[in-house]
Amino acid sequence: MTSNRTYPDEPAGTFPRPPRTVVDREDREIDLRAADRSDQETLLSMYETFDPADRAQGIPPVKEYAIESWLETVLDEENLNAIAWHDGDAVGHVMLVADRQGEHELAIFVLSEYQGAGIGTELIETLLGHGQREGLERVWLTVERWNKAAIALYQKVGFEICDTESFEIEMTVRLD
Amino acid sequence: MKVLLGHSGSELSWEAFRQTVERATAAGDSLTVAIYDDDAVGDSLEEIESQVRAELDAAEPAADVRQLDGHVGGGLVELADGEDFDRLVVAGGSRSALGKIRLGSVAEFVVLNAETPVTLIR
Repeated sequence: MTSNRTYPDEPAGTFPRPPRTVVDREDREIDLRAADRSDQETLLSMYETFDPADRAQGIPPVKEYAIESWLETVLDEENLNAIAWHDGDAVGHVMLVADRQGEHELAIFVLSEYQGAGIGTELIETLLGHGQREGLERVWLTVERWNKAAIALYQKVGFEICDTESFEIEMTVRLD
Repeated sequence: MKVLLGHSGSELSWEAFRQTVERATAAGDSLTVAIYDDDAVGDSLEEIESQVRAELDAAEPAADVRQLDGHVGGGLVELADGEDFDRLVVAGGSRSALGKIRLGSVAEFVVLNAETPVTLIR
């Protein structure tokens, strides 16, 4: 089964793969590493301190039990995850969740005090590199249409806008 | 209160329908159920209507059932605003595997266009 989403004709270039370390615009050393089920507690702590204003389209959920059950899904074996670490704390999380069409949906969350320093871009590129290594081909996301900063970031990484008809803008990238 | 419920036959529509019937029965609301076709669902209007009528008979609120054709959002707004309903209830929204909510086109249209207060079930 395939979706009716349109994808760019050409694949994006080669993305960097985890693990890697970058220095953000605030001169902080940030480790970018693939994540799995063993990171669930760490992510739960990160999302419990998450700024409500930074939620997007209903995620992350607010209540602890709801965050837990959401993370159960997101950290499932068929999905890919990566975490940005600073001084031993998770400060950002990016995920690629498999849908029923064999495509993967991307979402990213970065703690507010780490936003605007280039971590989001590095973190997304790193997970897309992990996706290329694992043979993923098609990645999509939705973003609220007023969120110009996020749309610009996704475009910089290589996503193209494919649907603007609904409340949210849909964007796609081809990895291979 | 005079309540109009939009019903596409989707799982969420059924949830909205049952909640609304329960409320209508308790509060003595007058309820109109407007059934419409949503390509994503696949049940015919007749199938949805017969199930709706069966459940309404069991619950016994004062209710009317209609079928909408043409532009669904436009039809719901015209009905709600034109016949002085106090509230328009629609189910609209689905979650992706990742958990993000997306609003359906009918929900988006009525939220933006109806003068009647809208309750969105999602």
